[in-house]
Amino acid sequence: MTSANVPYDVAVLGGGNAALGAALTARRAGARVIVLERAPRHFRGGNSRHVRNLRCAHAAPTDILTDSYSPAELLDDLVRVNGGETDETLARIVAERSAECVDWMRVYGVRFQASLRGTLHLSRTNAFFLGGGKALMNSYYAQAERLGIDVQYDADVVALEVDDGVWRGATVETRGERRRVTARAVVLAAGGFEANLGRLREAWGDAADNFIVRGTPYNTGTVLHAMLDTGAQSIGSPSECHAVAIDGRAPKFDGGIATRLDSVPLGIVVNRDGERFHDEGEDFWPKRYAIWGKLVAREPGQVAYSIVDAKVRDRFIPSMFPPIEAVSVRELAAKLGISAAALERTVTDFNAAVRPGAFDHEQLDGCRTVGLARDKTNWAQRLDTPPYWGYPLRPGITFTYLGLRVDERARVLFASGEPFANVYAAGEIMAGNVLRRGYVAGIGMTIGTVFGRIAGEEAVKHAAR
Amino acid sequence: MRLADATAEGARVMAVCNACRYCEQYCPVFQAMEHRLSFATADVTYLANLCHNCGECLYACQYAPPHEFSINVPQALARARVQSYEDCAWPAPLGRAFRHQGVLVALSLAAVMIVLLFAATLVANPNALRGAATRASFYAVMPHGAMVALFGAVGAYVLVALAMGARRFRRMARGPSTAQHVAARSGASARLAALRDVLTLRHLHASGEPCTTAEEVRTPWRRRFHHATFYGFVLCFASTAVAALYHVLGLEAPYAVASVPVVLGTLGGIGVVTGTLGLLIGARTRDAALTDAAQRRLDRSFIVLLLLTGASGLLLLALREHRVMGSLLLVHLGLVLALFVTLPYGKFVHGIYRAIALAQHAREERQR
Repeated sequence: MTSANVPYDVAVLGGGNAALGAALTARRAGARVIVLERAPRHFRGGNSRHVRNLRCAHAAPTDILTDSYSPAELLDDLVRVNGGETDETLARIVAERSAECVDWMRVYGVRFQASLRGTLHLSRTNAFFLGGGKALMNSYYAQAERLGIDVQYDADVVALEVDDGVWRGATVETRGERRRVTARAVVLAAGGFEANLGRLREAWGDAADNFIVRGTPYNTGTVLHAMLDTGAQSIGSPSECHAVAIDGRAPKFDGGIATRLDSVPLGIVVNRDGERFHDEGEDFWPKRYAIWGKLVAREPGQVAYSIVDAKVRDRFIPSMFPPIEAVSVRELAAKLGISAAALERTVTDFNAAVRPGAFDHEQLDGCRTVGLARDKTNWAQRLDTPPYWGYPLRPGITFTYLGLRVDERARVLFASGEPFANVYAAGEIMAGNVLRRGYVAGIGMTIGTVFGRIAGEEAVKHAAR
Repeated sequence: MRLADATAEGARVMAVCNACRYCEQYCPVFQAMEHRLSFATADVTYLANLCHNCGECLYACQYAPPHEFSINVPQALARARVQSYEDCAWPAPLGRAFRHQGVLVALSLAAVMIVLLFAATLVANPNALRGAATRASFYAVMPHGAMVALFGAVGAYVLVALAMGARRFRRMARGPSTAQHVAARSGASARLAALRDVLTLRHLHASGEPCTTAEEVRTPWRRRFHHATFYGFVLCFASTAVAALYHVLGLEAPYAVASVPVVLGTLGGIGVVTGTLGLLIGARTRDAALTDAAQRRLDRSFIVLLLLTGASGLLLLALREHRVMGSLLLVHLGLVLALFVTLPYGKFVHGIYRAIALAQHAREERQR
């Protein structure tokens, strides 16, 4: 092992939105900063590569946000999805400082979409990055280079040296070569462990083998677990993850947004036995897609099939994968590999239970079934118009909730509540402090940006001491 | 890359884009894409010609190579675009013949034209290249009637070929496609919007900044040099038209330095020469991932012919009283001829197809 002689004030472990937020903040404050990004340059940015927007409070309409959205309302939204289980001090900081995020990002060349569009109709609460998260990260990295931040790619942090609450350095491996990196303070922004299949199996058993990881394959939780091993206090359940139902033909890693499937509320969903298992019309898809990940995960083989007929084929955003098409339910069953008799029975029973109504996919239309073991309560129409389309569904993991407990200065805490001397955390690795369960669109980016900046500020203060 | 391959790849790429939609505010390609559920050859052709190759979407793409989805919209659409030039060309065999047109083909053609002009001129009048210079009299080299007949015939042919190509392209752009229903009505306002977009090259800076030449490198110069080339070309054309009118009115060439034809021609020539030089240099420094080899060949051959035409025109003007004027005139006319006959089979058609695609897009947006 060779020892790097370059002295840094702040080392940032990770390369996504929170990491770059911390690095740019620290550099602007005059610190010498090194960023250790595990991915190669092309795949840099962690899960921020795949994001689209950021939730932010604002007092009045802007060029990119409509209406107004107060910090109090944002806080309410956060508390609601958490079932009240959030660190309110930290959640309040996120809500209040969310209002600064857009202006801060713009300083670094980040561009946003005008508020006119936005497929999710979130332009009141969320600012959309022009071109998405990769464009955002490109802007950040270009600025990092310009400002003289030492960005190292393919830099896999394999071990941390911590003694007596003081971080001394990290062992970094690049293409088999190991070296030691040290700095006065460290910002941990290396994400969760959703790409660590071994750890997922610990929590979910064999079912985990059928999960798809929607984002970066580099979030294996090495830094998170290394810190927990040194006695850092954890937050969030180690077995909880955010998973959505996505097209089952997605690649194992990194399929991102294009593997989404929006057809669920418009038809029926059956498991591999050809049986329905949940109300497909409970609510609008953007409000329900997150529960379907777990629903599908509980079904045999962790697979399900969304089935629609020709009546609704132009009512949802097309999947990147072509539908599996058939002229009859029987033929579709054969193509999907499920029992034809079972699927025909399910469709016949479903069709018989559909009550008349005025179908309108743009509102909760009350078109429902009556008398089934699991009724569909909106958008229920008979499946009777060929061709029939089928899409396989699998659980797609977005992120894990387990994280490091931090205080309002982003300092990582021991189980005792005492802080580590020079260890700060930002982003998914500490998001569990604010977000224990559920999700509201764009809040991960808000937590990452707000705490990235706090971690950067605090790390510089420490380094200057 | 063959038609099936180029459009199949375009359709594959658009299917992924249509499920993602992160790029929807970069340009009309993505907005037009969202009106469609699937991508037939006609759809890909239309979208390909809406693309201005600004490059933003490649760098913003989470699925760009080396990602396994391997999404490169600018390159896929560049290929489909080249394919559409060949596909729509009239007559079809000439479209195929010029498919791989490069600088060499363009220059060879120009050389042939120049040789033919010299031969014809000297056969008709062995003394044509002598003595004419002192009077700066172009018509002493090639009689006015001959010039009108030659360029009138070639011009008429080119216009017919371009119109046929445009007709084929318009038919493709308007369907059959899943967005067919919106194309039924055409409106003057849509055409005006398209005209504004073409004249300002709005979509090379519509997303708020100039277009990219590499990741996080944005420059207005591609747009500026294109403007210089385009408006230079228009001025040269105007100069010729005014001169033709003067002749009809009995005002014989040569025209004074401060005359309308000479001023227009000089400004136009300077525009074409600086514009094309700038575009050639800019293309060399641009990220090759943004473009396609066949597209670059087509671009270069057209730009080089334009450059030589512009440069020879300026030189002719400067040396119109020199004894080399006669030879220079024939070289210039040969270059113009080569430029003209290749117009319907090369890069030039991009302006026409782009305008038609933009008008179609404007119509689609108005029907939303």
